[in-house]
Formats: sequence, C-alpha cells, structure tokens
Amino acid sequence: MEVPFVLLVGLFFAAAVYLMLSKFLVRVLLGVVLLGNGVNLLIFTSGRILREVPPVIPAGHDVPAALTANPLPQALILTAIVISFSFFAFLLVLVYRAYQDLGTDNGNEMRLAEPENDPIPPTGY
Amino acid sequence: MAVNPADLSAALVMTPVAPAEWLVVLPPVWCLLAGAVLLMLRKSLHVQAWIAIPALAVLVLLDALLLAQVSANGPVTMVMGRWLPPFGIAFTADLTGVLFALAGAVVALAGAVHALTDIDGSGRRYGFYPFLLLLMAGVSGAFLTGDIFNLYVWFEVLLIASFGLITLGSAPRQIDGAIKYAFLNLIATTLFLIATGYLYGIFGTLNMADIALKAAAGRADLPLMTLAALYLLAFGMKAAAFPVNFWLPASYHTPRIVVSALFAGLLTKVGVYALLRTLIMLFPVEREELSFVIALAGAATMILGALGALGQSDIRRLIGYVVISGIGVMLAGLSLGSPGGIGGAIFYALHSMVAMTALYMAAGLAGRLAGTFDLGCLGGLYGRSALFSGLSLALFFAVSGLPPFSGFWPKVMVAKAALDIGAWWLAGTVFLTGFLTTIALGRVFLLAYWRPADGALPNEAIAASALLPLAALTALTAAFGLFPEALLSAIQHAAQGLADPRAYIGSVFPGGT
Repeated sequence: MEVPFVLLVGLFFAAAVYLMLSKFLVRVLLGVVLLGNGVNLLIFTSGRILREVPPVIPAGHDVPAALTANPLPQALILTAIVISFSFFAFLLVLVYRAYQDLGTDNGNEMRLAEPENDPIPPTGY
Repeated sequence: MAVNPADLSAALVMTPVAPAEWLVVLPPVWCLLAGAVLLMLRKSLHVQAWIAIPALAVLVLLDALLLAQVSANGPVTMVMGRWLPPFGIAFTADLTGVLFALAGAVVALAGAVHALTDIDGSGRRYGFYPFLLLLMAGVSGAFLTGDIFNLYVWFEVLLIASFGLITLGSAPRQIDGAIKYAFLNLIATTLFLIATGYLYGIFGTLNMADIALKAAAGRADLPLMTLAALYLLAFGMKAAAFPVNFWLPASYHTPRIVVSALFAGLLTKVGVYALLRTLIMLFPVEREELSFVIALAGAATMILGALGALGQSDIRRLIGYVVISGIGVMLAGLSLGSPGGIGGAIFYALHSMVAMTALYMAAGLAGRLAGTFDLGCLGGLYGRSALFSGLSLALFFAVSGLPPFSGFWPKVMVAKAALDIGAWWLAGTVFLTGFLTTIALGRVFLLAYWRPADGALPNEAIAASALLPLAALTALTAAFGLFPEALLSAIQHAAQGLADPRAYIGSVFPGGT
C-alpha cells in the first residue's frame, strides 16, 4: 500500500523542485505549496498505511480490540497544513506587494537590496 | 493487554508537578501571554514599550532562575497533559538550551530598549513589540522543547514573527529583502519537516530523548546517515552556512536596524542550536562520518564571510557577512565533536548572540549620526562622540576574536581542539578569518571614525535609550572576556551533557526504560 504513495511523494517533490527553480515568484510560490503538500503526504506514509478500523476504543474496553490506523500522523499533518496555509497566505500577499512596488515578479530583476555594480569600499583616505 | 481502569499511572504522570518544573514552560508561555496583551493594546502606542520591556525583563529573570535550577539539579522535564513520555510532548531544559535561552532573552531585552529610539510611531503601529514578544516565544520554545516536531512548530512561530518584523515599514528595499528571506527560510523549515517525517517513519517516536536512545541502540540497516545529512542541510540553511547562506546578505541589511540586530542575535543561532542538538545528541555516529563535510563547510563559511565583509561598502551588509563568518567557527567546532570543539561552538554562539546584536546597534547609531551607511561617505564619528567610538572599537575587537573580549576564548578552544586531532588547516582558517575580519572592521574604524567628516555632521544627539543597551552588551562581552571561568565551566558541563545525554534521558524517563 505504501509504494504508490511513495512514488506520489516523489512526483510531488520533483514538480515542486522544478517550479522552485523558476525565476518567477508566483511559480516559486506554487512550488513551495506543492512541496508542503508533498511533505504532508510523506508524513502520512511514514505513519504506515493500514486498511484497518479507525482508532476508536469500543465501549467497555480499555484498549483497542484490534489493530487500528495510526492517528498520530494525522495530528502532525493537521499542524503542518495550518502552518503551511498561513505561510502561503502571507507569501501570496508579499509577492503581490513586491509586484506592485518593484514592478516585476522576476526574482533576477529584484536588485534593490543588492544593487548590481555596488561600489567597492574606499582603499584609502 | 487489559489494563485496570483505575491504574492511570501506566499512561500518566501521577505525581503533581513541582513548582520549579513549571519554569521549563514559563518562558514561551510568558512571551505568548505578553504578546497577546500587546496585540490587544496595539492602538495604545505609548504603553506598548512600557509593557514589552518589563515583560522581557521578567523573561530574563525566568531564564536565569531556570539556569540556576538546571545547573544545580541537572536537566528538568515537564510533559504536556501529564502523558508519560514519549507519548506526551516533553519540554526538557538542559544546560545548553537554557544558556541559549538566557542569552536570547538578554539580547531581546536590549533590542526592546534600543527600539525606543529606533522604531517610530508607525513601526509601533505595525506591531513591532507584539512581533518581538512572539518571536521570543518561538525562540525560547525552540531552545527548551524536548520534542522534535514541537521544535519544528517553534521554528515556524519564530519564522512568521520574523516575517512581520522584516517587512515592518514596507519600503521597496525591504520587500525585496523579505522575498528572498521568506522563500529560502520557508524551504529550509520544509526540509526540516521532511527529515522529521522520515525520522518518524524510522523510529516511530518524536521525543528527542527516545530518539537518542533508539539511535544509539543502532541497527545498521537504518538509514540514519540520510537523516543526519538532511538535518545538516536544513539547519545549515537556517544558520546561513556556505553554500546555503545567500538569503542572509540579501536581506539582513534591509529592515530597521534594531530588527537586523535581533535577527543577527537570535535567528541564525537557533539554527546552530538545532544543529548541535540533532548532530551531537541524536546522531553522534553519523556526525563523525560527516565531520569532514561539516569542517569543509565551516572553513568555506568562515572565509566567504570574511572576504564578503572586506568587499562591502555598506556597513550593514558588511556586518551581515561578519555574522556568516561567525557561523563558520561554530560549524568548525561542531565538526570536531570533541568536548573542546562543542564547548567552543556553544561559547562562540553565545558570544555571537551578544556581540552581533551590539554590532548592528553600533552600525545603526553610526548611520544615524553620520546620515549614511556608506563607507565612502562616513567620517568624523570619533570627533562626534568618543564614548560611542570606544564602544564600537571594543565590539570590533570582540567580533574579530581579539583579547580581552569574549570572542577570543571560543576561537582558542576551537583552534586547540582542531590542532589536537591534527586538523591544522581548520585551526589556520580560524586564525586567518580572525585576521581578515580585523582588517575589515579596522578599516571601518579608520574610515568612519578617524577620518575627518567631509561636511558638518547632522547635529543629532545620541539618545540614552540607544546607547545604554549598546554599552550594556559591550560590557557583557568584556566581562566574559576578562572573567570567563564561570561561563567556561557551565559550557563544559553543557557540552558534556550534549555528548553524553544520560542525564537528559534520565530526566525524561525517570524510571528508566
């Protein structure tokens, strides 16, 4: 059961890396989002996928009666989803603001902070 | 497998939590609470600073109490919701974590005072102080947590707060820097999460003490090398180590100077701390295997930082490169792995937190007095204020690693540890970097302080609230340079506790495993 998921995670990572290599920030952003989703799937697969019952303890028992699905990866993924979504929202606004202020979404043309042909420091008085 | 319903002790900690143990969670909880109060009061610009500064002073006090507690009784653990480890999320404070947390709190307090003059009304309306408190929540949480997924969550807390701080003011230059900072740091934390996902798949646990036990029990077929290499890449990126350092010189000079100062003091050091925690405590065997790679990266980081500093004419960018070259010294110590090497890395990190923050503050004051940050135009600062020039010179000495300031001892420790195993080239790089940094910063002093000004300097007075934190931090580096014995012995214990985490594990699993 894990193998198709592992391949899918690899596909997600490959697409994410391809997008993140782009000069254009919107694509990089989409790459970051894909990477985040790939990681979520990775954690889900790491918890082992069992086609078993949900981890609910029946009435009158102290422990689950049989093997149940692993609930922890879902808790981890939920945390990671919330975090990556909030970062996505922030970065989306930041990229849009950069497009407004700098007039480009091409990372190579954003040279305000690191100007090209920066003068070298004086070598004497 | 049936458990008696009354026997909760199989799953829960049954003894009530001792009051002293609450200290372990108080630093992040306190910062979150104070940050929430500040958020509610965000319209009252005048009270913000007067809540934030006492709150950070209380944070320093809490960390100092925790340090006293940990150095007297060894590591302290508290688990959330009373669940027995490894199931509950554990907060474990050991000497390394507490030393980092205390230094971070001191730096944040100094930054909050310095911000009184550096952050104007609009910066406060944007929420400088709430962001600072939330940043400190993330930083303290990262230093004190004993759970690796929880460490990831604290990384994200401090990252989102730092996004708020770096875009404070929203000048186009800042947006440019923030784009590069935000994307590359987010990718780094995602790499960290990838590594943590694999780690969970391998060990089935996220508690660091449990991981250390299981990794030490060592089965040869576990792909621990992959994990260690992934953590090295992820945290190396957070720490701005060569060749994944490019976000730092692109962004650190763009925000308000006090924000740069706080970032230089806090953020890269969290990466170094995480490197120490994972590579020394969790995967020591794999670190041994990787040590040559780490040493090479450290040497390249040192040289790149020093050469970069020599080539900059904007003093804020110059300091950004000095921060990077310091990270190289810490990586060199980490690569050695001997008590001297680890101790040197911890000492250098603590020194760097204090000294780099102060250095950015000094650069900010120099820029405000002279009206420019460009070495080509700066001048006449010595005539303007001899006291400020003296403080700056002391900092330049401290950062270059010259005695009698605190940068000297850790460099000696790392170099000696390198020579002990015959890695003369690593020790040589440490000295060469110190030499190059001395030239770069000496030139700043020559040009900006000694050279007469071209015209009259803008007649701006130096506010006491700007000078006081700078003087206090400089005094701290001088004090630890002149009297390093107490700190050195604490650091030796901390390094020992990292390399041999029996006390740490014993505090998480008091009954043994």
